[in-house]
Amino acid sequence: MFVLVVGGGKVGYYLAKELIEAGHEVVLMEKDPGRAAQIADDIGSIVIARDGCEGNHLAEAGCERADVVAAVTGDDEDNLVICQMAKHHFDVPRTIARVNNPKNEALFRHLGVDELISPTRMILGSIEQDIPVHELLHLAGLGGGELEIIEAQLRQGSPAIGRAAREVPMPEGCAIFAVIRDDVAVPVRPDTILTEGDKVIAIGRAECEVALHTQLIGDPDGLQPAGA
Amino acid sequence: MNIVIVGCGRVGATLAGDLDAKGHRVTIVDISTRAFERLPATFGGNAVRGDGTDEDTLRRIGAAEADVFLALTEGDNRNVMAAQLATEALEVKQVVAKINDVVRAKAYAELGIATICRTDLMTHALLGYIGLPVGPTPRIREAAPHTHPDGTSPVAAAIGGSTVGGTTVGALPTVEA
Repeated sequence: MFVLVVGGGKVGYYLAKELIEAGHEVVLMEKDPGRAAQIADDIGSIVIARDGCEGNHLAEAGCERADVVAAVTGDDEDNLVICQMAKHHFDVPRTIARVNNPKNEALFRHLGVDELISPTRMILGSIEQDIPVHELLHLAGLGGGELEIIEAQLRQGSPAIGRAAREVPMPEGCAIFAVIRDDVAVPVRPDTILTEGDKVIAIGRAECEVALHTQLIGDPDGLQPAGA
Repeated sequence: MNIVIVGCGRVGATLAGDLDAKGHRVTIVDISTRAFERLPATFGGNAVRGDGTDEDTLRRIGAAEADVFLALTEGDNRNVMAAQLATEALEVKQVVAKINDVVRAKAYAELGIATICRTDLMTHALLGYIGLPVGPTPRIREAAPHTHPDGTSPVAAAIGGSTVGGTTVGALPTVEA
């Protein structure tokens, strides 16, 4: 595969290095000549000391034959433009953008960036899993952020305890598909009885969060949207 | 008219002053308060310090109610992002982004953002002035009719090619883990 990496910070540098080790063809664009020379000393002459936001420079770097363009600079607006130019002007099949402000995720998806990597979101997710400040955890977003996979731990007082899965009223478009019970993942059948301490894994539309909270945990008072 | 300008550089500040003097409602945003020193002393509109590529900031200053949104910072990409936020998230009807890279200016006009390119304008003016042949005077590149890239929801597009589509879940073969 030919991968064009734009941005020679720590992320871009290690990404290029790993990709080369895995046998891929890589070009790295870094606009700061000093930094570009430093990386070139280390990983060879695949570094182009040019600004990957400029249309002409992307063309010189061979953007139109890239299989993947990964925009990993520290600036969201640059990463957005690099991916959009790659996708719409150079017909690159797969574009990946690093997103620093989690609030930009929806916009980037809507504008056609194929994959988003949000370090802020990942760290946030990790903190939330360690310290369950929200009883409803966001495990992943699917399909442009319209669907979410959530985890809810059934504590004492949850209306779902003691019921079969089919008896738990689910908002339209939502479903329980597994529980984690004693650290073992168990697929949920309609007659699976939910018990206290179960971690219920459900999928649903983002706007059903409050309804899911009510059904699985109880009173949604104090519910904070993830990322708030 | 209600006009929002992002970027209080020379162009942004001059335009804000002119529009304000003509009686329009002007809000200008810049990341640095010092930039507002470029505004004429008579300026009576709003000057707000903030990031014009941040959706929350744009909503706070009332950009969703703007008739016209002009992205005129010194960064092409900041202008592109602000303009796309205004078009997609705030649904402002008339949006223009200053993009000085010729290639990007053309590409974004095709993607539905009206663009103005200083490089084109100046090159044209200078060639004309020194008496060399030039093409038609560059204008603001009109935005192509706006459509979502594929016209479908991302979910539909993602599952559209699946070979299990149309199968009931119970009919799928079970595989031992």
